[in-house]
Amino acid sequence: MTKETLFTLPSPYRDTLNVTGYRFGRGEKSVCIMGAMRGNEVQQLYICAQLVHTLEQFEKRGMLVKGNEILVVPSVNHYSMNIGKRFWAMDNSDINRMYPGYDRGETTQRIAAGIFEKVQGYRYGIQFASFYMPGDFIPHVRMMDTGFQSTSLANLFGLPYVLVRKPRPYDTGTLNYNWQIWDTNAFSIYTKETDHIDQESARTAIVSVLRFLSRMGILKYHCHSGYIASIIQDEELRSVQSPCGGIFTRIRHPGDEVSYGDELAQITHPLEGYVMQHIYAPCDGIVFFSHSAPLINEQTTAFRIIRRLHG
Amino acid sequence: MIQEVVSVGLPVDERWKIIKNRMEPEAGARPDSKRICIVTGTHGDELEGQYVCYEVARRINEHMELLDGIVDIYPALNPLGIDSITRGIPMFDLDMNRIFPGSNTSATAEYVAAQIMNDMSGADMAVDIHASNIFLRETPQVRVNETTSDNQLPYAKLLNTDFVWVHASATVLEATLAHSLNKTGVPCLVVEMGVGMRITKEYCMQLVDGIFRLMCELGIWKGEAPEVRDPIVSRDGHVSFVNAEASGIFVPSVEHWQRVKKGDHLGDIVTPTTGEILHAVQADVTGRVFTLREYPVVYSGSLIARVLEDCEEDAEND
Ligand SMILES: [Zn+2]
Repeated sequence: MTKETLFTLPSPYRDTLNVTGYRFGRGEKSVCIMGAMRGNEVQQLYICAQLVHTLEQFEKRGMLVKGNEILVVPSVNHYSMNIGKRFWAMDNSDINRMYPGYDRGETTQRIAAGIFEKVQGYRYGIQFASFYMPGDFIPHVRMMDTGFQSTSLANLFGLPYVLVRKPRPYDTGTLNYNWQIWDTNAFSIYTKETDHIDQESARTAIVSVLRFLSRMGILKYHCHSGYIASIIQDEELRSVQSPCGGIFTRIRHPGDEVSYGDELAQITHPLEGYVMQHIYAPCDGIVFFSHSAPLINEQTTAFRIIRRLHG
Repeated sequence: MIQEVVSVGLPVDERWKIIKNRMEPEAGARPDSKRICIVTGTHGDELEGQYVCYEVARRINEHMELLDGIVDIYPALNPLGIDSITRGIPMFDLDMNRIFPGSNTSATAEYVAAQIMNDMSGADMAVDIHASNIFLRETPQVRVNETTSDNQLPYAKLLNTDFVWVHASATVLEATLAHSLNKTGVPCLVVEMGVGMRITKEYCMQLVDGIFRLMCELGIWKGEAPEVRDPIVSRDGHVSFVNAEASGIFVPSVEHWQRVKKGDHLGDIVTPTTGEILHAVQADVTGRVFTLREYPVVYSGSLIARVLEDCEEDAEND
């Protein structure tokens, strides 16, 4: 393992921001693994740190296949993490909407440009990401429909689902999108948590990456085969919007199988305590996403369901 | 008449409401009456538009008899943001001006955006007033996307700004209110002026005259058409960006909208700890400083200024 400073930014008042990369093996640029780019992505940071630790052991034991280089970047934006912010603290901009970056531009464009220069050119790019709507997902691999994506490769992580999403205008600045545009096979891995550490889903994510690396012939590692993924398109998911604001009590969770009419959640009056609304399953299927915060607005997505097709 | 554009429930005993003031002739609008939307407050830290809305409404109220169409004033597309000094929508990740035309199957903010679009559809013209951010001061300018500039330039020139910037299109800008309105056939002019968290009365009055001139041209206002200035129209090629090359405190040595020559000193980035100058900032081109850093703390990369390069014919007149 070699440790390297990939990017440096002096601050007017704080310690210098150093972005650290960990390299394993030597040879072809095989895989780059990216962790926290936002200040609340603690689970993503934890997963990457565990991967660094695991790969270091594996390398010592000679388990890396010769001729491959792996780069792991556990954290880009610990500057925000250290002060409890999600985005770049000075102007609230999101580094993960600035790719491919611009080295003569604004601060976060420069950070993105500096990082992108170091993380591009790899055959595979794996990012631990978080979504713009807070909530819990079934662990899955997410790909953008850029026309270059390969869902059969995404299957090799052995996670139960691969979600393909058409990029919206605001997605075109993400690392995942730009990796794909610049010929890296890019995968975003979503686990259950972001702000908190969930050991179980962190473990699932770590194993899925090790499984992928071994199936790609980068790592000599034996693990159980995982799932054969279902490939789902984002627009096939059925959204269930909350009918009112209030206190949200979840009854069914991501991964649960539900039937049409099952109660998914209740919304309780925030001052008077009675149940104002019940949220029911609009179809048979599996819960893919659910809102998780205790409070909920009206007209926000409370659940997304993978519809089961009857045949 | 105050109307509710959209209203959704927040968790505890409050509704998130977007309102508008519909102003129409006392006798009512005719079926062929034209309709203009004056929109502001998408970014909660931009307040210049508040004074513009106030002044437009005040002048119309004073002479209702001169109104011959519909003026819809939307003073706050992001009321939760304005009320909490938050640029974005509180507790929502995406910039409100990146989620149009909205959606009924995503987050509440996207539902709100969809209802706003719905309400504005069918209007004959929209003016979306922005006020930069807390970091930069802007000369009153209309920003026009090059793909719509043929249709919009004649109207943009009526708004009494100093400058019209015809900029290249970019994918991320496809989700702005203006782009989404233009796509549905409502021409939308985007004004940028002043600085965040402040009101610059002089700029506001300048734009209000322009809005009345535009309304005269559209046949919505029968009052005397205000004289408007002839703006400089420029494309991206004549706009020079000056960014900080050091992190520290920026102290300008030029005034906003001042003329500068290539190589002129624009200001210094200094360090208060040792008394050193870290970066003496210079102009790359000869022209006018139309954007100037207002907030002193900078990182390397922070935008310091934008200079509008002189065109050939301007240089001869000097
Ligand atoms: Zn704005």
